[in-house]
Amino acid sequence: MSEATSKKIRVVVAKPGLDGHDRGAKIIARALRDAGMEVIYTGLHQTPEQIVETALQEDADAIGLSILSGAHMTLVPKVMKLLKEQDAGDIVVTVGGTIPADDIEPLKAEGVAAVFTPGAPTQDIIEFINGAVAA
Amino acid sequence: MEPGAQAGTGRPPQTSASAAPDGLREPEGRETGNSATPGVATPGVATPGVATPAHASAGDLPTTISGEPVQPLYRPADANTDYDRDLGDPGTYPFTRGPYETMHRGRLWTMRQFAGFGTAEETNERFHYLLEHGQTGLSTAYDMPSLMGHDSDDPRSLGEVGREGVAVDTLDDMQTLFQGIPLDKISTSMTINAPAAIMLAFYVANAELQGVPPGKLAGTFQTDILKEYIAQKEWCFPIDPAMRLVTDLIEYCTKEMPLMHPVSISGYHIREAGSTAQQELAFTLADGFAYVEAGIERGLDVDDFAPRLSFFFNAHIEFFEEIAKYRAARRIWARELRDKYGAKNDRSLLMRFHTQTAGVSLTAQQPQVNIVRTAIEALAGVLGGTQSLHTNSFDEALALPTEEAVRIALRTQQVIAHETGVTRTADPLGGSYHVETLTNQMESAAYDYFKRIEALGGIVEAIKQGFPQHEIADAAFRYQQEVDAGERIVVGVNSFQLDDEQQTPTLKIDAALERKQVGRLQAVRARRDALAVEQTLTALRAAAATDQNLLYPILECARVYATEGEIVQALQDVFGTYRETPVF
Repeated sequence: MSEATSKKIRVVVAKPGLDGHDRGAKIIARALRDAGMEVIYTGLHQTPEQIVETALQEDADAIGLSILSGAHMTLVPKVMKLLKEQDAGDIVVTVGGTIPADDIEPLKAEGVAAVFTPGAPTQDIIEFINGAVAA
Repeated sequence: MEPGAQAGTGRPPQTSASAAPDGLREPEGRETGNSATPGVATPGVATPGVATPAHASAGDLPTTISGEPVQPLYRPADANTDYDRDLGDPGTYPFTRGPYETMHRGRLWTMRQFAGFGTAEETNERFHYLLEHGQTGLSTAYDMPSLMGHDSDDPRSLGEVGREGVAVDTLDDMQTLFQGIPLDKISTSMTINAPAAIMLAFYVANAELQGVPPGKLAGTFQTDILKEYIAQKEWCFPIDPAMRLVTDLIEYCTKEMPLMHPVSISGYHIREAGSTAQQELAFTLADGFAYVEAGIERGLDVDDFAPRLSFFFNAHIEFFEEIAKYRAARRIWARELRDKYGAKNDRSLLMRFHTQTAGVSLTAQQPQVNIVRTAIEALAGVLGGTQSLHTNSFDEALALPTEEAVRIALRTQQVIAHETGVTRTADPLGGSYHVETLTNQMESAAYDYFKRIEALGGIVEAIKQGFPQHEIADAAFRYQQEVDAGERIVVGVNSFQLDDEQQTPTLKIDAALERKQVGRLQAVRARRDALAVEQTLTALRAAAATDQNLLYPILECARVYATEGEIVQALQDVFGTYRETPVF
């Protein structure tokens, strides 16, 4: 990746649910942009339907979901289901936020590619998305 | 709660240093056991890809976490204070040294841990438990749907009901929440903002059913809507009508509820969103001035409502800078209230504030270490002269706290209060060359921001233009880069990591509580007088289109069990909704 000729990775950074903790989402959005990706930040309080619609409209390669409200086990499976229904199951979905360790495997079973919990280095997230989209 | 969710993330140093025998890794080039050496730490040039802390002195970066430079030594000439003009004794103008003469020796701060989860029933049980164990005030955390004005059975609430606080949809929930609790004897703090007027109406209507008139109700409603647009992002309406509702609430409390604090002007959430200490101070005070101006414009005498305004600050890990922030805050507030807003009553001038330790400073790695961070932050709040304090629990970067974690957090306050002796003397750091210099610098940084805000047309205009939001996002990103580059040490995150972290047990919220709350709400909808609900909502819409105080028609809706979501919707029919322009 990152050859001048290669297409820029398009990432939708999204905040599903009702919590307003957007510090992490905004930092990640900026870091991904600085790493050369095309970043679309949805803003706050997005429904799963809105997020999937944005991802399809933007022809996204990846979606980064940031959730700190504790509703991830409700909202993330909904996003994954909608993506599959829209034949967009190839979009790489990552989740970031306060996700208890016990919930990580169930989220991956839903098709989430990676879960980043507090303390995850931004560089790791950049590298993961680069690798996962290229794969 | 305010879980410090995105707590300090950072790239671990890719150090080749061999792991210490106990499994702890130390960053290269870092002398330990030499912390007595004074001197400015020189930040090394960060080599891309190599995140080893590159400074060899005992200090970290030579700047605070807010990016402010710190000198190795301060002298009297640096501090440059005139005692009577700039400090004064505690309890005297400009209240830099504290709002009361005897401070914590006369009266300890209130240990106010806030709580809320599940339905009103679960939280009512917790309230009784707390009161039986000697707590004298209650503090209510609402769930996300309640904060946003959505009913529990709204599709947007799915998965969020009762998770981060208690679900309150109608007067019926408020009745359950305070069942068996004498509202004329207990003061209650309500962490609610956009729908504050509605929750106040539920509270008043419930008190009426208990036979308690509004004039006897004591407590605090947060109601600080400006910081929602700046930082916390839980809103219902556009900014202008939201400000009108705040002013309605201030006016209502001034006339009908003399014991109620109508607004808790909050820097906490601004800081949690990644601001610097200087931004927290400046934006919070600017918000406070906006409420004062709104009250005066409404025709209220400043001395009739300013004594009931209170503040809420963060206590972050940068110890001395935090203490300077509180001292500067009191001084600025007193001066502006007296000189700019013409307040004559001393009680209008003295700032009282609640403090919460920084959720954002908590790490998910080695979470027990958070107990130490919280203790140091709490101490800063105490030395800064706080009137009440919430200490975070060590597991809050992982989930809502367990009972054990909450107990340790409370014990932390008790150790500070009863074992350390720091309560014996008021403003013990007053006169420190360092702290006085920092206090002056903090003050002048705030005034710099006031000028920039003024140039934009005031804080409301500045918020509409995204100014504070941008400043905060920039500060948050700068800090993150420092952590990622290994220039700023976060113990356990980018240094001193453990190779194999133990999993910490966390609290699980039963998903069945959401269904239970939806059931409670639907039962209320089924048994209430639907016609009365429709009539009061229609009257509310009509009132919203005029400039009459909306607390009275909202109270009418509350009494007939209109839901929070219905009342918000009725107001949105007139006011519209708010959509932030997403920036990063």
